Amino acid sequence: MNREIAVVAFAQTDHRRSTEESSEVEMVMPVLHEVLAQTGLRAADIGFTCSGSSDYLAGRAFSFTLALDGVGAWPPISESHVEMDGAWALYEAWTKLLTGDADTALVYSYGKCSPGSVRDVLTRQLDPYYVAPLWPDSIALAALQAQALIDAGHTDEPALAAVGARSRADAEANPHAQVKGGSIPQGDYVVRPLRTGDCPPVGDGAAAVILAAGERARELCERPAWIRGIDHRIEAHGLGVRDLTDSPSARLAADKAGAFERPVDTAELHAPFTAQEVILRRALGLGDDVRVNPSGGALAANPVMAAGLIRIGEAAARIHRGASDRALAHATSGPCLQQNLVAVLEGDPR
Amino acid sequence: MSKEPVAVVGVGQTKHVAARRDVSIAGLVREAARRALEDAEATWADIDAVVIGKAPDFFEGVMMPELYLADALGAVGKPMLRVHTAGSVGGSTALVAANLVAARVHGTVLTLAFEKQSESNAMWGLSLPIPFQQPLLAGAGGFFAPHVRAYMRRSGAPDTIGSLVAYKDRRNALKNPYAHLHEHDITLEKVQAAPMLWDPIRYSETCPSSDGACAMILTDRAGAARAPRPPAWMLGGAMRSEPTLFAGKDFVSPQAGKDCAADVYRQAGIADPRRDIDAVEMYVPFSWYEPMWLENLGFAAEGEGWKLTESGVTELDGDLPVNMSGGVLSTNPIGASGMIRFAEAALQVRRQAGEHQLDRARKVLGHAYGGGSQFFSMWLVGAEPPES
Repeated sequence: MNREIAVVAFAQTDHRRSTEESSEVEMVMPVLHEVLAQTGLRAADIGFTCSGSSDYLAGRAFSFTLALDGVGAWPPISESHVEMDGAWALYEAWTKLLTGDADTALVYSYGKCSPGSVRDVLTRQLDPYYVAPLWPDSIALAALQAQALIDAGHTDEPALAAVGARSRADAEANPHAQVKGGSIPQGDYVVRPLRTGDCPPVGDGAAAVILAAGERARELCERPAWIRGIDHRIEAHGLGVRDLTDSPSARLAADKAGAFERPVDTAELHAPFTAQEVILRRALGLGDDVRVNPSGGALAANPVMAAGLIRIGEAAARIHRGASDRALAHATSGPCLQQNLVAVLEGDPR
Repeated sequence: MSKEPVAVVGVGQTKHVAARRDVSIAGLVREAARRALEDAEATWADIDAVVIGKAPDFFEGVMMPELYLADALGAVGKPMLRVHTAGSVGGSTALVAANLVAARVHGTVLTLAFEKQSESNAMWGLSLPIPFQQPLLAGAGGFFAPHVRAYMRRSGAPDTIGSLVAYKDRRNALKNPYAHLHEHDITLEKVQAAPMLWDPIRYSETCPSSDGACAMILTDRAGAARAPRPPAWMLGGAMRSEPTLFAGKDFVSPQAGKDCAADVYRQAGIADPRRDIDAVEMYVPFSWYEPMWLENLGFAAEGEGWKLTESGVTELDGDLPVNMSGGVLSTNPIGASGMIRFAEAALQVRRQAGEHQLDRARKVLGHAYGGGSQFFSMWLVGAEPPES
């Protein structure tokens, strides 16, 4: 089924350390209105809606049901939800459009990290019998991965610091970024070898994307970001059985998405920790000529459950405004890059 | 280019019970998946992708458990998707998996849904202690009982209808070896004498809390041609959602349910569901939802659904059997309950339902709903492939 599908609109919140004055619905509504306004569509024009979020951030069951109020699901809509980053909601919407059942899709995701300690909350993702009872937090696990990478000779602490500094410097041009400024010091160790500047900020945020198929995409967007390929793969859960210095699942997903057929000019990588960018660059074969994370990436803003969708949105937005012709967007989930999604986006030739 | 037809070639379930203390969560899901593979005479290598669903993560206390379950479900190196659409999730998960085949993204997909409710207390997992929410909703029954009362008032149904549904479903469950409740000494008098929990819902008219998993192997035409047993063909499938609470919402017969059914019937060419559909596996967690959904799904006119129940039409030997497996009233691993409905519909058209197999089951509807009667997912499966 060779249906061409494109990202035609993208919006995100200004990501902040805390949004305690607003609910998830109040956080999501502005970005939904913004993507609809970009395309001139009304909520009732959307063929399929799909969202991604986690009950564990909100601290209550069925948290996503209330977000439906923000969509305005009346009359009733064709709708689904993944308990995953919004990048995977986009994947579900992409398959829905491929079947021909819908021509447009609204994808959104959101995460409020501020109500709890997200570093501890994420330990609840681990094997519930053997690992989770030990509460190894997400920064400690990322530090293990970074140390393994250093021990393997693939990077060192100054190189990691440079990744952090470059990300924060690039974020100065991103009005939505939470942490920005190239002169911000790398900071003290949080968990060796990771310093503050190697770790993502904790923050709240939301994002939305509109997908459209074929001619509909050209009607809604001057330069649609065509999804040439999208694929995702998962690895074993046990850290002890994985080579933490590599990301075979990201490489396989990129291969299936056609990323290696021709070079990309831009890559938006969902690498919440500096060492993960080094791993992903190697796994995806990205050379120095590829512009990596011009948005500042997850080191500048990391609203959990939305940060992956934002990578796809940022890559698409660059194609929309003519700053990229072929971009790779990546999203990750799970401890130490366990699960990875890669999308390849292209603009029409200029 | 039209959609690829989708076939169910394997179904597997665990024996649903109150507490599976002998297995981990991984062990539970793997048991169902292996049974589905055995039914399809397939191996892990035949599976291109895994789509898993369950209800809120708080029920087991594991955040995004699919990450931990990747190994147990043979998903390493493959795509793995996790769906969560409240109580309808078992059905939605199957539909997301079916779309991967229909869109020709993958040839063969394992889809699975589970709940291990013994890991926690579902009633409190469902009670939402947040601001701006009525502090009255202790468990699902407290939410649904007023809507049952509204139905009784609106339709003029006799008080006894609910007990007839429970009596029927629990007797059907005796013919289903996987059902949780096997009440061999059940009588209508016992059902009617049970204590009142949430008026008008008696204890005997509520679903149990179960540990269980259900899996299906979905495949394309080529996969169906290789299948050792008859496939069930998907003739239509749809999801619909509406907000939880809003002025004008009809909790008795929600518009989203009507729209969802209409979409499925349109895809499957069903003009008159009462005439064209042989049987229904519907999501009935509280007995009165049988007559309510019979109306919502178009099997009876508004206010008339209870007459089908009362006259025995929905019995196993009736003209429109409902919940041949014993239904949610006999088995409720919440996240899996929707998929069990979908899978039981497939078993019927494949003639693999064992002792609760119907003589006539050419087209059977699987139905699930969730949230505050706001999320709906349904599919219609048939013994013959779709015409296209």
